Amino acid sequence: MPAARIIPCLDVRDGRVVKGVQFRDHRDVGDIIDHALRYRDEGADELVFYDISASAEDRSLDTEWIRRIGREIDIPFAVAGGIRSRDQAAACLEAGADKVSVNSPALERPGLIEELARDFGSQCVVLGVDSFEKEGDYYVHQYTGRVDRSRDTGLKTLDWVKEATERGAGEIVLNCMRRDGVRSGYDLAHVGAVVGAVEVPVIASGGAGAPEHFRDAFTQAGASGALAATVFHDRLIAIPELKEYLARCGIEIRR
Amino acid sequence: MTLAIVDLGYGNVGSIAVGFQRLGAETRLTADPAEIATAERVVLPGVGAAGYAMARIEALGLRATLTGLDRPLLGICLGMQLLFEASEEDDVGCLGLIPGQVRRLEAVPGRPVPHMGWSRLDVSDADLGLRTGDYVYFAHSYACDDGPASVATTRYGRNIPAAVRRGTVLGAQFHPERSSDAGARFLKAFLSC
Repeated sequence: MPAARIIPCLDVRDGRVVKGVQFRDHRDVGDIIDHALRYRDEGADELVFYDISASAEDRSLDTEWIRRIGREIDIPFAVAGGIRSRDQAAACLEAGADKVSVNSPALERPGLIEELARDFGSQCVVLGVDSFEKEGDYYVHQYTGRVDRSRDTGLKTLDWVKEATERGAGEIVLNCMRRDGVRSGYDLAHVGAVVGAVEVPVIASGGAGAPEHFRDAFTQAGASGALAATVFHDRLIAIPELKEYLARCGIEIRR
Repeated sequence: MTLAIVDLGYGNVGSIAVGFQRLGAETRLTADPAEIATAERVVLPGVGAAGYAMARIEALGLRATLTGLDRPLLGICLGMQLLFEASEEDDVGCLGLIPGQVRRLEAVPGRPVPHMGWSRLDVSDADLGLRTGDYVYFAHSYACDDGPASVATTRYGRNIPAAVRRGTVLGAQFHPERSSDAGARFLKAFLSC
């Protein structure tokens, strides 16, 4: 089996790294290349760069910073935010991204997933899902990058991940929105339900606050990777110590 | 050192070029048979599906060029799969430079497909810069048959060749340009083989 992946997520706005709580109130936390290099050196297994404004503002992300990252780091990275067409995805991949992650545009037009999988292969196509708990079930939200446009699609999360993987998505990043930025742990039951519903790797996102939360995402929920932002950006958890801890727990880790 | 990266008309070759440029190689993205035939090293990258990639190779008139090279050739990811005889993906005949077939990985609970992430290598040929215990980055749903050409393998339900070598033809199922130090050692070994 591959090593369990530790994945820092960098929310990007205008080429800077930002971070908000529950997808709101973003503050600037620094330069994109500085962050990418620091995480690479600390042993991050992969990085995700998410342009938080591109999707909601109906524009595709800027490929210049993708090119800068591609030159600087030698670990895989995915980019997300406003990728609406095959050509926009091609531009990101050509700039050096290893994967593109689609979220709101795939909800607008699910056929986008098939087009990307056909031309670039499923392994390049990540589906980002913003999942929100309501009355004991989970529903997909759209346009979460902007407060005034964020909406409940009425689509159940498990139905959407099954449909999207049948269309060719090769990985799921599951953002449990109620957990985002609050550091109370991943939503293990929900991550586990998605892992059981699809054949592709699932990355847990939203809620990491302590090393045990990462352990549980792997051992209890069966996630292939665990994504986090706040705890890494604010240096509450150092990746080398986290990896040492996970290895001591018997989890296969790349070091 | 001049290195031709075969341009099949899809993206994601930028990271491969950068990986070699970090090691001082001069890279050219090209579909010109003459330029490919005279380059000191040739890289066949791959993103997408086997059927499309083979159709592009035929349409560009590159089959004879790629199968007749006398300089070292490296296929990466799908590019390595194209070196084999045939692929289950799109049920297509490939270049036949290495014996064996390419088959789909089987997803079972606890073993998702695509095989995505850093997996540990067992290395039988130390000449290519890889060592047993190295972790390298994989992202694929199809895998080549294990056989005499395998020089490094990993385990994913079955033994998967991670790197192959037959004469001057080399392949990497993993992504050396995204495999940190182990990947750089492999690319360096290819440049000096």
